[in-house]
Amino acid sequence: MTPLDRRFPARPERLCDIRRAVAAAAATLGCADAVVGDVVLAVDEACQNIIRHAYHGEDGDIIVRIDGEGGDLVVQLVDFAPPVDVARLCPRPLDELRPGGLGIHFIRTVMDRVEFPPPPAGAGNLLRMVKHIGGPS
Amino acid sequence: MNVATHDLNGSVVVVLGGEVDLQHSPRLRKVLMELMALRRAVVVDMAAVAYIDSSGIASLVEAYQTARRQAGRFTLAAVSAPAMRVLRLARLDQVFAIADSVEAAAALV
Repeated sequence: MTPLDRRFPARPERLCDIRRAVAAAAATLGCADAVVGDVVLAVDEACQNIIRHAYHGEDGDIIVRIDGEGGDLVVQLVDFAPPVDVARLCPRPLDELRPGGLGIHFIRTVMDRVEFPPPPAGAGNLLRMVKHIGGPS
Repeated sequence: MNVATHDLNGSVVVVLGGEVDLQHSPRLRKVLMELMALRRAVVVDMAAVAYIDSSGIASLVEAYQTARRQAGRFTLAAVSAPAMRVLRLARLDQVFAIADSVEAAAALV
């Protein structure tokens, strides 16, 4: 089941549309409100990273796909930016108080699995995130 | 995102609402840092925050750090459940001064 498979411009002003679409897709898959909120946060943070660190603010697109696989919600984000060195995508220690660097921590905390499989031909990066759906909402 | 300010008992209350994301957080940062430059005691009323992401949290952290350097006051008040969830994820609920209400936060000053 694929409740969302859509291409969005990688722009900060489109993050709101992405959050709406992701929330609707997660709800369609039967996620409870708390799970919907976690998935929305993870996708929003990941899209921010694509906008800022993959496209560096230049024009580009993000394909947001959400599937139900067994009892899991699977998010796949595809961009067409130059490949990012995933080894550098590490969360910072939380006891180090500074304004930035929380996004990856949020993603890794709220999602059950975060992976960077090889991207499809013609794409730059693929981020795959999995969240167990849990009981009915 | 909505942001408005008013005075209360010597503090400036920043009433924050809606969705605080990468599109809007630069405006929040500008408002907060202008108040920090004026060395005002700030209370951020977060009751109507429906969503906040890491960029919004970063604006709050920067203002908090500036206030601390200036020995000033920076307090969050009436934090909504979605915003508190994100503060807890960042373990910042143990860092920020957080009051149950705007009035209680202003009274701390």
